[in-house]
Amino acid sequence: MSNTANFPLLSLIMFTPLVGAVLLLFVSKHSEDTIRWIANGFAVLGFLVSLPLWFWLDVATTDWQFVEKMDWIPSIGAQYFVGVDGFSSLLILLATLMGVIAILSSWTAITERVKEYYIFLLVLQTGMIGAFVALDFLLFFVFWEVMLVPMYFLIGIWGSSNRLYSAIKFFLFTLVGSVVMLLGILAVYFYYHEVTGDYTFDITKFHALNMPFDLQWWVFLAFFLGFAVKVPMFPFHTWLPDAHTDAPTAGSVILAAVLLKMGTYGFIRFSLPILPEATQAFVPWVVWLSIIGIIYGALVAMAQRDWKRLVAYSSVSHMGMVMLGMFALTPVGVTGSIVQQINHGVSTGALFLLVGVVYERRHTREISEYGGLSKVMPAYAAVFLVMTMSSIGLPTLNGFIGEILILQGIFVVNKVWAAFAATGIVLGAAYMLWLYQRTMFGTVDNPKNEKLPDLNLREWATFTPLLILAVWIGLYPKPFLDRLDTSVDRVMARVNSAYMPLNALGQGAVEPNTPPKVLTLEVDSGDTARTPVRGGAR
Amino acid sequence: MDFIWLIPLLPGVGAAINGLLGIRYFSKVLAARIACATMGAALLLSLVAFLELLGLEHREHVVTLAHWIPPIPLETASGIGAFEVPWAFRLDPLSGMMILIVTGIGFLIHLYSTAYMDHEPRGGYVRFFCYLNLFCFFMLTLVLGSTFLVMFVGWEGVGLCSYLLIGFWYHKQSASDAGKKAFIVNRIGDFGFVLGVFLVFYTFGTVDFREVAEAASHMPVEVAGFGVVSAICLLLFVGAVGKSAQIPLYVWLPDAMEGPTPVSALIHAATMVTAGVYMVGRNAVLFEHAPMVMTVVATVGALTALMAATIGLVQTDIKKVLAYSTVSQLGYMFLATGVGAFAAGAFHLMTHAFFKALLFLGSGSVIHAMDEEQDMKKMGGLKYYMGTTFITMFIGAIAIAGVPPFSGFFSKDEILYRTFLSNKWLWGLAVVTAGMTAFYMFRLIFMTFFGDYRGPGWKHEEHGGHAEEHGHTWHGPHESPRLMTVPLMVLAVGAFAAGFVGVPAALGGGNAIEHFLEPSFVATSASHAGEAEHAVAHLSHGAELALMAFSVLVGLAGISLAYHLYVRRRGQADRLAANWSVAHRVLLNKYYVDEAYGATAIDGTMASARGLWTVDRRVVDGAVNGAGWLTRALSWVSHVLDKYVVDGLVNLVGWICQEGSYLFRRVQTGLIQNYAVATLFGVFAFITMYLVARYVGV
Repeated sequence: MSNTANFPLLSLIMFTPLVGAVLLLFVSKHSEDTIRWIANGFAVLGFLVSLPLWFWLDVATTDWQFVEKMDWIPSIGAQYFVGVDGFSSLLILLATLMGVIAILSSWTAITERVKEYYIFLLVLQTGMIGAFVALDFLLFFVFWEVMLVPMYFLIGIWGSSNRLYSAIKFFLFTLVGSVVMLLGILAVYFYYHEVTGDYTFDITKFHALNMPFDLQWWVFLAFFLGFAVKVPMFPFHTWLPDAHTDAPTAGSVILAAVLLKMGTYGFIRFSLPILPEATQAFVPWVVWLSIIGIIYGALVAMAQRDWKRLVAYSSVSHMGMVMLGMFALTPVGVTGSIVQQINHGVSTGALFLLVGVVYERRHTREISEYGGLSKVMPAYAAVFLVMTMSSIGLPTLNGFIGEILILQGIFVVNKVWAAFAATGIVLGAAYMLWLYQRTMFGTVDNPKNEKLPDLNLREWATFTPLLILAVWIGLYPKPFLDRLDTSVDRVMARVNSAYMPLNALGQGAVEPNTPPKVLTLEVDSGDTARTPVRGGAR
Repeated sequence: MDFIWLIPLLPGVGAAINGLLGIRYFSKVLAARIACATMGAALLLSLVAFLELLGLEHREHVVTLAHWIPPIPLETASGIGAFEVPWAFRLDPLSGMMILIVTGIGFLIHLYSTAYMDHEPRGGYVRFFCYLNLFCFFMLTLVLGSTFLVMFVGWEGVGLCSYLLIGFWYHKQSASDAGKKAFIVNRIGDFGFVLGVFLVFYTFGTVDFREVAEAASHMPVEVAGFGVVSAICLLLFVGAVGKSAQIPLYVWLPDAMEGPTPVSALIHAATMVTAGVYMVGRNAVLFEHAPMVMTVVATVGALTALMAATIGLVQTDIKKVLAYSTVSQLGYMFLATGVGAFAAGAFHLMTHAFFKALLFLGSGSVIHAMDEEQDMKKMGGLKYYMGTTFITMFIGAIAIAGVPPFSGFFSKDEILYRTFLSNKWLWGLAVVTAGMTAFYMFRLIFMTFFGDYRGPGWKHEEHGGHAEEHGHTWHGPHESPRLMTVPLMVLAVGAFAAGFVGVPAALGGGNAIEHFLEPSFVATSASHAGEAEHAVAHLSHGAELALMAFSVLVGLAGISLAYHLYVRRRGQADRLAANWSVAHRVLLNKYYVDEAYGATAIDGTMASARGLWTVDRRVVDGAVNGAGWLTRALSWVSHVLDKYVVDGLVNLVGWICQEGSYLFRRVQTGLIQNYAVATLFGVFAFITMYLVARYVGV
């Protein structure tokens, strides 16, 4: 294992927010500003300690990095096993950054039960980071479930009108999915025992496992239910608009930017490499659900009168795009899918922040309540414009990089799929520009909007990193894409046996005579399927 | 020449400075100076680059700055390739000509705007220049981009700027509607364009223009069947149709006139809308391998030219006339490219940039003079008030009408000639269009500048009600300030003289521009022997001159008809309109195409949006809530069962025990005789049972 830090970096990143949460327990609930300072401090600290993931990551190695490994529950083979690759390091950085932004955005928005609020947010951070670093399936599952609780309370306590319904819906939806997922995990666990005699939840070992097709098929379905609910894919998406609409701003931001990525992360980390043949078999199904999600989400977004719900449905559409790129099972598509996960975090996170800014001023999300805000809040309108363009994939901004890679990646697999998915670029422009027109353009008809203050310094601080990221990824995505090479190689090598990373091609070492048919479904005969373990994932 | 990337970047920097700092802090003068200075510097660099280009043997120079998208393996039609896009810029004759047009006309329009937009409040004024600079940044990126995707950066970027500038006066519903419409209609075109680019990569394994052209030149010309190159070209052409406002996606351009007039001149006449023509020309090698698509291009071009010209005949809004004229002239350019005369198309693009920018800026000067009035019915006689504007616009009108030796004559005639050689039907359409063009353009000149003044009255030194609305006193029509008229004069010189670079051989010229542009339209690897293939049929000089004379006569006929109807016998036009009222109304309402789109595409989309929203709530979420309800119902049933049945049974047992014990407690009297009687009864009972059992025989 290369790039092993001399100290437990990942644990530090993971537990810094938790330390903050524990510290908050001992602060009087009446000293609210102290609580705010501590929470913000630990969020910033959490981001700072995660920065080595950017600077110290070895982009060339295929090994897991910053690995920590120790026994956890030896009797069942569960370990405290954490480590990252380029993909998860980017998602962790996204999580720690969005944590800072979400916590900073709550300063004046949350005035009740301040202490509990920040404790829940910090615990949520730990849960999310833990899920991204876990290389032990059981550990992952624990963090996966841990995340649910604080989010449930964030929506249920600090949410708006219909918060209890939304919170319970969010909780139950995810729980149902994850219970089925747990069955899938156990199936893999026992199958591994059957062929090797060892009990382990070690994901790196599962990545080398060759399961029979029938078992893969069922396990894929089980994982799919868990992850698809989280993404969310059509038709499991209906919890999302409710949860977003009723969640407090910071909750929506975290939910959109990071929590949804749990689903896509799960697919790329678990479903694809552990169940490659089943993945190939399910491609048409997942692709069509994704395409439906893209178009359906966009059209339903167009019909919304609630600003936040519109952004929520746009998330459904965008996450459909992410899933589409992933199930192209081409390196360009998978890379695009991962980049688009980051992009979605940046732009949709920013869009929810933007709704939060006016919601805090006006306490309404009705689009018709606004109009002409360009006049009274020009800076706000400018930020909103950039983020709108980012969301609809304008070149030079981040969204374009993801979309073009995804669509090019799916195009070489199936042109009809690409054509259907590309309608999203028209519909996306339609609903976002219409939203922009209804809120920002026109005259200030509503007297309540006449005196709205523009962005203050704290709000600028929340938007600035996102604006920088949007332009950076848009103009020079290379540092991000370079980090993904080996992660994508790992997945591709599993789902496509003829796959060869570019450096191997570049050296002219081996040139396959026929282009690999990505979509050919190899149905394992029983004999080959019993071959215990394929030597070395890659 | 490695500095060519600075040419787009300079206005980009100007936009960034004005956008980040200027809108909040700068004065009008400072912002305008920054904008004009960056454009001026870009113009100078373009001139230097162009001169250096003339000295290059291969007439091509590519500058690669950095990786944009680093190589990622991806399968293509011919094995595994690498998808990669560098930030690369290409200077060749075609892009060299384009950067001169964009920076030259762009600079003049920046100057003009400093005066035209002067009545805007400071913030709006700076914002305007920020957008205008940003537009030039993207437009220059578009023309200098060396790959499809870098071009697409500019392609989408100019769309954004167009959106922002059309909707510049965003408080007006019509303006923000028009901006949105422009963006979305363009996105429909982009849908085709990106699919075309994907197919380009899949087919050729690269998105670099030069590499694609080289690869395509080795492929067979798809004469017989509709092959992959034809598919690529058709998809790319969909993008061009959106950007360059051709049938059926032209509807956004007339609405785009909601933007300030300098914007109409720069974006919606001289530069952005020609991007589609430029893109087709940039891929000339591809299109030449797709003759079927070429026919489509030519036909769409000719039909658009005619259709837009007919609408232009009856419009009375001065900018709308010019807008339809632009659509029509763009149709001409596509007609040229469609018949394989790429150089002629680019030539017309260049002359059109001069005279149409001139006409738009002139109309802006008129609108300025008339205090924002755009209806030509309320103008008239303005030549007495604004001589410079009149003369320059007149030159522009002559140029577009195709009167020799003005620029439009040479470029238009080249197109007509090449069309005649290729397809007589399309030539017929184009000639009719030429006559209409001359007519509606001089109708505009005559309605605006000739006859009696028909506008509102004005009072000197008094605050009339009309003036107060605009916050300043209007002193009647007046010539515009020097900053506006000087660009007009420069452009008028261009509109007159720009054609001399393309004098055809029949008139003793060398058609210099065609030879200059030639390297951009052929593959480098194509040998000179191969050029014979491309050589087109020729007419004798005499026949060519006869054709030329004919089209000039048609143009003159259009002009004299306009003179007849609008100067000599005023009122004749209204009578004509009344006699042909149905046709007139159809034209006035632009063939009701907007209404048709509204009723089908837009209403259809909105209806399905609302329908799906209902489905989402009732069906998809309904299933979820149904499951929740079912769970609750089941739990209620369980509750009832539990309370009354399960627990009921338990309680029943208890109750029975209790009641039973009450009952049997009575028996426990403690009196021995009672027990004895009970025992006796018991003995009798047993004996009876025994006897009965025996009797029955069990």
